[in-house]
Amino acid sequence: MDKAIDVKDLVTHYGEREILKKISFSIPRGKTTVILGGSGCGKSTLLKHLIGLLKPTRGNILINRKDIVSMNEDALNDIRKRMGILFQGAALLNSMTLMDNVALPLREHTELEDSTIQIMVRMKLDLVGLSGFEGFYPSQLSGGMKKRAGLARAMALDPEFLFFDEPSAGLDPVTAAGLDELILKLRNVFKMTIVVVTHELPSVFMIADYVIMLDLGEVIFSGTLDELRVSGNPRIKMFLDRRPEAETYSPEDYFRFIAGD
Amino acid sequence: MPSIAEALLGPIGRKTLSALRDIHDASKLINATFYWTFVSPFKGKPLRVRASVSEIVKTGYNSVPIVAVISLFVGIILALQSAYQLKRLGALIYVANLVGVSIIRELGPILTAIIVAGRSGSAFAAEIGSMKAAEEVDALISMGINPVRFLVVPKLIALMLMVPALTVIADAIGLFGGFLLSVTALEIHPYNYFQQTINALLVKDVFTGLVKAWAFGVVITIVGAYQGFKVEGGAEEVGLRTTASVVTSIFLVIVFDLFFTALFYYFT
Repeated sequence: MDKAIDVKDLVTHYGEREILKKISFSIPRGKTTVILGGSGCGKSTLLKHLIGLLKPTRGNILINRKDIVSMNEDALNDIRKRMGILFQGAALLNSMTLMDNVALPLREHTELEDSTIQIMVRMKLDLVGLSGFEGFYPSQLSGGMKKRAGLARAMALDPEFLFFDEPSAGLDPVTAAGLDELILKLRNVFKMTIVVVTHELPSVFMIADYVIMLDLGEVIFSGTLDELRVSGNPRIKMFLDRRPEAETYSPEDYFRFIAGD
Repeated sequence: MPSIAEALLGPIGRKTLSALRDIHDASKLINATFYWTFVSPFKGKPLRVRASVSEIVKTGYNSVPIVAVISLFVGIILALQSAYQLKRLGALIYVANLVGVSIIRELGPILTAIIVAGRSGSAFAAEIGSMKAAEEVDALISMGINPVRFLVVPKLIALMLMVPALTVIADAIGLFGGFLLSVTALEIHPYNYFQQTINALLVKDVFTGLVKAWAFGVVITIVGAYQGFKVEGGAEEVGLRTTASVVTSIFLVIVFDLFFTALFYYFT
């Protein structure tokens, strides 16, 4: 397997609480990898580490065999130019039009003429099905359109890596499926390495080539979709069958918990 | 069970640690802001001129009416209050000295700074804070764009230019307010009043006022940006941080005013 991203013994804390407990995994190049897990399992934190927004307590994250944990800010920015990220709320700059939002990375990191940049922005917006919306402000768009505009911005510099943080969160099933369609198209056409963090099962089965499953800060599965389906791990089965977590306290424990000692 | 010593000393220690952390974070922001404003333009990372101009319009041009009205009123009030005392001594003409010196040396800069802190300092905190809450700041970082350079530097440039500029306007209109009242209600001859004001003032009075105004601009920008970047949660925290930015920047403006006034008193 050609590894695009390699995470080794990653440990991270929020204050005193350990979020990720010495996890290791690899992400294959040119495939769509889904990082799956329940709420609060540390998957969004993991994503923030992969894009260099947070520094881990210990461990290494190798992107194209270079460790981004020990990198200085300048080197990290060079790597970041090769990454596109679609945030959960799209994170478009509200004070700018879609044109300016998508053009921002191009204006900051290239020396291109403004007329060229405008053509490139129109191409990106067309790719996500938003041609004609250049002059709109993010507040004038629906949630699904914002996400697609965020994707156009993430694609502005033709990145090698594309990260999605809960792409279908807050979208209706039809719009969410449309976004999944778009992710598939990007992988097939541009051969990008795509990493999607999600807990939506339907979209996992639609887009994933490779799945990494997190539970309580540990990797409990990594492999292909077929391997996931036949896995015998009870936690995975529970997640796939959408069964609620079993009651963990006995009545005596519960009494002790509410009495506060 | 915590011992008595722990109960007594614990809170002091925790307060000290959090204050130290605040100072550390603030000094990192100050460092980054000055680096991106004064050093990086010479290393081929140009300033964002268009954004700076738009901040200048928002913080400077749009504040002119309120600064003008307030300083006109304060000029009139000062003339009335000083006349109240000077009339009894038969020294009404010294109203010109009092109004001139107090507006130019003190009230012009500080009134402007307080208005700007209320208008623009709070807007900075709210803007950066809501961007932080909506992951927009993270998005900037992940695009390889430094948020201090992108967001704070244009605001700093705007206030470094605009607080002194607004101070000049406040000075002029404040003096005019005092003049207006003196020549009408106090029946001082306009030419005498004018001469008296000119004689009372020195160039260094104007200059020290402008130096203060520049420093106030820096303080207001840093406090607003600092409070904005401190936002971690949602909308409620943006509100809290905005309030904190106004209170802190007015407090610090007055502290700096005391410092500069003492400095100029002994060294000019």
